[in-house]
Amino acid sequence: MIEHRVLTEHFDTPDLHRLEVYESIGGYTALRKAVAMAPEDLLSELEASGLRGRGGAGFSMGKKASFIPMGTMDKFLCCNADESEPGTFKDRLLMQRNPHRLIEGMIIAARAAGANKAFIYIRGEYELQADILDAALAEARAKGYLGESILGSDHQCDLVVHRGAGAYICGEESALLDSLEGKRGNPRLKPPFPANQGLYQGPTLINNVETLCNVPLIVDRGADWFRTLGTEKSTGTKLVSVSGNVRRPGNYEVELGVPAREIVEGLAGGAPEGQTIKCWFPGGSSAPILLPEHLDLPYDFENMAEAGSMLGSAAIIVVDDSQPIVEVAMAIAKFYHHESCGKCVPCREGTSWTVKMLDRIDSGEATPMDIEILASVQEQIVGNCLCVLGDSMAMPIASMVKHFRPEFEAHIEQARRAADREAIAAPVEEAA
Amino acid sequence: MNGARPHESGAERRLGSATPDRQEARPAFAKGWDEPADLSKPPAPVPEPADIEVPAELRAEIEAHMARYPDIRSATLPALFAAQRLHGWCSPQALEQVAAVMGVTPAYLESITTFYDMYRNEPVGSRYVYVCTGVACSLRRARTVYKAIAAAGAELDDVEIREFECLGACDMAPMASIDGRYVGPLGTEDAEQIVDAIRAGREVLPGRGLEGMPEAAAGRWSGGDPIP
Repeated sequence: MIEHRVLTEHFDTPDLHRLEVYESIGGYTALRKAVAMAPEDLLSELEASGLRGRGGAGFSMGKKASFIPMGTMDKFLCCNADESEPGTFKDRLLMQRNPHRLIEGMIIAARAAGANKAFIYIRGEYELQADILDAALAEARAKGYLGESILGSDHQCDLVVHRGAGAYICGEESALLDSLEGKRGNPRLKPPFPANQGLYQGPTLINNVETLCNVPLIVDRGADWFRTLGTEKSTGTKLVSVSGNVRRPGNYEVELGVPAREIVEGLAGGAPEGQTIKCWFPGGSSAPILLPEHLDLPYDFENMAEAGSMLGSAAIIVVDDSQPIVEVAMAIAKFYHHESCGKCVPCREGTSWTVKMLDRIDSGEATPMDIEILASVQEQIVGNCLCVLGDSMAMPIASMVKHFRPEFEAHIEQARRAADREAIAAPVEEAA
Repeated sequence: MNGARPHESGAERRLGSATPDRQEARPAFAKGWDEPADLSKPPAPVPEPADIEVPAELRAEIEAHMARYPDIRSATLPALFAAQRLHGWCSPQALEQVAAVMGVTPAYLESITTFYDMYRNEPVGSRYVYVCTGVACSLRRARTVYKAIAAAGAELDDVEIREFECLGACDMAPMASIDGRYVGPLGTEDAEQIVDAIRAGREVLPGRGLEGMPEAAAGRWSGGDPIP
């Protein structure tokens, strides 16, 4: 098996979410080590590990933490547990099975960044996971892992679980901050970046759940150990969420750089009986689609980017050949149309018109020229908004048009004929 | 030219032959998007605390949330959830009570409730069934499941049944969140059972939620072949 369990190593242990069980497998030893280390040493250890953000952008975690200015002021750490990218469900598992590792990672990351107030922004739909985190926090607080002078050191940190209320945009870091401040989740203009002016205008470090879960492991076992996993530029393991038309959807932890085929066909079992894979999203629904031949590429940040897509949140959605591509495009477009916050015109209007154009294609009102317009609308969204929500629709839709143009044309033709037949067959009084 | 042009015929025009699992509903717009505001009404100020009667429990819960943050406005989301739990929806009265405790205008709170999907701006029911029709679920015929549940539950009282965007449980697709509890994978045949359980106040589909998750993390929802 190509599964390599590091983050999910003890997930078979019953009651892992309870503090004494977590401690019995070596939990919170990394924290003991970390409070004895200087924040600068922690930072350089994280940077040396090559750990890259697991939320989507893949930016070096250590580097991001080092952008937080020095000096005494209120600094914040936010854990992005909004996990709303369609196809992604890894953070849900991490928080539900092992909440203490996230908490430990956050206390350590807060020390590295000099933050003393930390928040977990969890999506409101994850009620079970939020309750588990709340219970785990109470345990950690009672044990002295949170609060003032943690384990007798100078480090102090408090943690609050903040529940969202159902908005995809709040996974975008600056919208997350607005939402955490009690506003509508609208993205902010950057710069200033959150590292300088984030939550309550203070310097803020924002990291994904999986990124922070890696932190105790790196501190405990060392950056050199971490670098032995994965490839040179994409270090560590990655929890991959596989969903869609596969036989065994689920979370699989693999080393970065394994062939994508081994994940999709080996671990997840490939397309259902009698079907073949038509295309796949390598990194959530925001990633441009790839074709079956790309399955032989190593699954890591660089190779996915080179193939014209992205690793994103490492959510593989497999589409089999029974699915009309126009319907997949429609599902994507409707999602982003619904979730667009409406702040920037290209995204607000672009997502709306994309839905309308796909509707025309599907109802037989479109001409082949509509495909050109569809493609050009996508081009005009990319790069023209404050955040990447619009791009997240534009890039996959543009890639579908690129790879499946004949199918779009055939769909238009077929839909037009069906509509004509219906019009001719319609009773005369209805036509009047 | 005589006869109806295709887009004028009122009939269902969709292809539908490839997959019956169509998504025909147009996206719903947020409240306030289509209807203009009533400009003759003066904007409501921050309510006078003495004028508004707030249930003691609600007040205590909101104040506890306000104490947890450096800025009290951060408590808006949890405060509105608390009021929604009490009133069943974000009614004008609920908003007024939250506004009185937090010292903000009701309009500010309404800007929040109309932005986020989990707040109810109409009295549609104090319990909910969110059926995920996100990308991954829709590849597994989630819309058919949604329609079956909506049809079976049409007569249910005080329950909101709606489609929801990706709920982050694509491993158990198609799935639904019933009052926050995730169940799946669902088929159309589960619809009656779900509705019956909700009506009787029983646990919905016992053993098919996330809390009963088998110890092994991977590939457990497939119902298909075990991992070799």
